[in-house]
Amino acid sequence: MKRILALILVTLLTFTLAACGTQPAAPDGSSQGTSSEDGSKTSSNSDSGLIKVGIVNNPPSESGYRAANVADFERVFNEANGYKVSTFYSLKNDEQLNAAQQFITDGVDYLLISAAATDGWTNVLENAKNAGVKVFLFDRMMNVDESLFEAAVVSDMAAQGRMAVEWLKEQNLSEYNVVHIQGAMGSDAQIGRTNPLNEEFEKGTMKCVIQQTATWDEATAKQIVESVINSGEKFNVIYAENDGMAKGAVAALDEAGITHGVDKEVIVIGFDCNKWALRELLAGNWNLDVQCSPFQADKIHEMIQMLEAGKTLPEKIVINEETYFDARTITQEDIDKYGLGD
Amino acid sequence: MGNGFKKLMRTQLVIPLFSLFLIIVFNLIRDVGFFSISIVTNNQGNPVLSGNLISILNGASAVAIMSIGMTFITSSCKGQDISVAAVAAIAGSVFVSVLRSYEITVPVIIYAFLLSCLISVVFSMFNGILVAVFKIQPMIATLILFSAGRSIAYWINGGATPTVSSPLLSAIGGFIPGIPVPTPIIIMIIFLVLISLVLRFTTLGLYTQVVGINEGTAHLNGINPVWVKLLAFVISGVCVATAGCITVCRIGLINHETLLLDAEMDVILAVAIGGTALSGGKFNLYGSVIGAYIIQALTVTLFAMKVPSAAVKAYKAAVIIIIVIFSSPVVKEFVVNLYKKMFKSRVKTPVKAS
Repeated sequence: MKRILALILVTLLTFTLAACGTQPAAPDGSSQGTSSEDGSKTSSNSDSGLIKVGIVNNPPSESGYRAANVADFERVFNEANGYKVSTFYSLKNDEQLNAAQQFITDGVDYLLISAAATDGWTNVLENAKNAGVKVFLFDRMMNVDESLFEAAVVSDMAAQGRMAVEWLKEQNLSEYNVVHIQGAMGSDAQIGRTNPLNEEFEKGTMKCVIQQTATWDEATAKQIVESVINSGEKFNVIYAENDGMAKGAVAALDEAGITHGVDKEVIVIGFDCNKWALRELLAGNWNLDVQCSPFQADKIHEMIQMLEAGKTLPEKIVINEETYFDARTITQEDIDKYGLGD
Repeated sequence: MGNGFKKLMRTQLVIPLFSLFLIIVFNLIRDVGFFSISIVTNNQGNPVLSGNLISILNGASAVAIMSIGMTFITSSCKGQDISVAAVAAIAGSVFVSVLRSYEITVPVIIYAFLLSCLISVVFSMFNGILVAVFKIQPMIATLILFSAGRSIAYWINGGATPTVSSPLLSAIGGFIPGIPVPTPIIIMIIFLVLISLVLRFTTLGLYTQVVGINEGTAHLNGINPVWVKLLAFVISGVCVATAGCITVCRIGLINHETLLLDAEMDVILAVAIGGTALSGGKFNLYGSVIGAYIIQALTVTLFAMKVPSAAVKAYKAAVIIIIVIFSSPVVKEFVVNLYKKMFKSRVKTPVKAS
């Protein structure tokens, strides 16, 4: 008896989980039937005349950045704007690949992808091409041939890294001893934000005190900075590849009695521009935060409309405009306008 | 003396202590001042202890606390709960969302902590019921929350990474003004003392091991295995909530995706290094706690050695393979035999005499 109950329970859970997988965050479930379970391509196309779009993204829970990104896509891609949307969220590349393949099989018209990792996508994109599915990449670039997608609207992570490094050089410090805390190794953000700094290390203009990954984890970032402090090595710059890790690093500085921020011992640099991080800037506790714009949906919407109208797209790679905020010039207005989250 | 050595090899503590010893010696050779402790003044103007030893003890406290709960689960249920880190993220999210809806005072913090404990225990009980009542393999039963837990935490947070800041919270995650020892270390010690007292003055330890060794016998002797297993999950729930709340207080931020990331594996590893068989039965609580410190010591060592980011996990894995192989029965047997052969002449006489 117990065994049967257990079986039923597990089966139920499997089904609910499976359902979560295919349409985890359909904001108004009733209006967004997934194409994976019901009807064939023809029936669903004819009933509404909507453009069928499959979105593969990272889960909104990943970060404040991703939450804003997902919200942006939900705002643009809905039935009111003429789209029939299926979404899939995962942090894992293989799950994303499966989902993309599933969307192709289901016969979506457009596939929008923000890849968890840059590699391994060639096969799936070739399948998409053969099936006549048009692919857009957003937010993150992939390691694939340009002919395999229509266009990519990407955050130029390397540009963000360059902005931060250029700003750092403008500070004209007598020496640069940098504690470099990296994100999850291999992610686009990590590579883009690491490379410009690495170039400076190689040129010898800046000295690398430690370069270590905290896999975006605040507590690990704190431990890394603690270990540098304990080693007694001097440093005057903390370059953390996102806001959370910068906050972790600052916690370690506070405990060790090292001052940080505008005109203090250590310069703190973060990325992503969360509202709380910008408030730290305003208070002068940090020095710089570089934006990574999460808003790409409008641009893709515009390009899809162009394709639907039979036009060709002017450019293959569209780069999001980014900006940065210096603690000495930031205003409350900037925080309200550009800050992510609350 | 030969018997003494054999006895030592049989106790569960020998491997964790030996590994810890090796890591300490290795670090001392590498850098004599590695474990030196100094007193510095923090940015709040209080004198605090600082040094790698403090970093290790402080950084490991969350995993150490969770490993206490995991030890009970491992022993009684013959399996592991892989959802602890995800449940900690849920507990942390509850903690933060309560704090954000009130002005932060001591009673509010206590209320928030108790509520997060309650929620964490409820989730843990869900695992417990699947394991104890429905007799589902622990790893399969907890796989559900392992994959869904962080999404639930996301839902509690409303999709952002909310921050909380208050001197009271940094007192929990960092230092209480006037006390130079990091508070997480103190909390860890309190936990360990409490659990030691419970083990000493109640039959909890005995019952847990009996259920783990032979459930049928336990049942025949009037012990209800279901209750013992559920109790293990309740203890684990409290441990997990505490670990989650401490981690939140450390940084003043909850990021449900990265809070105690991969900690479930560290916790299980701590239990394994600690000498508790992952197939259940006899357990060693102190071994698990030492195991947690070994893992943290290893991490801090790798940071201090400036191992390249991409290679950190590989280094960690290599050391862990060595520790695990050393603790395997085959190697133990081999060492005991080797010892016998080497010291045969000297050991012979006292053995005959006795």
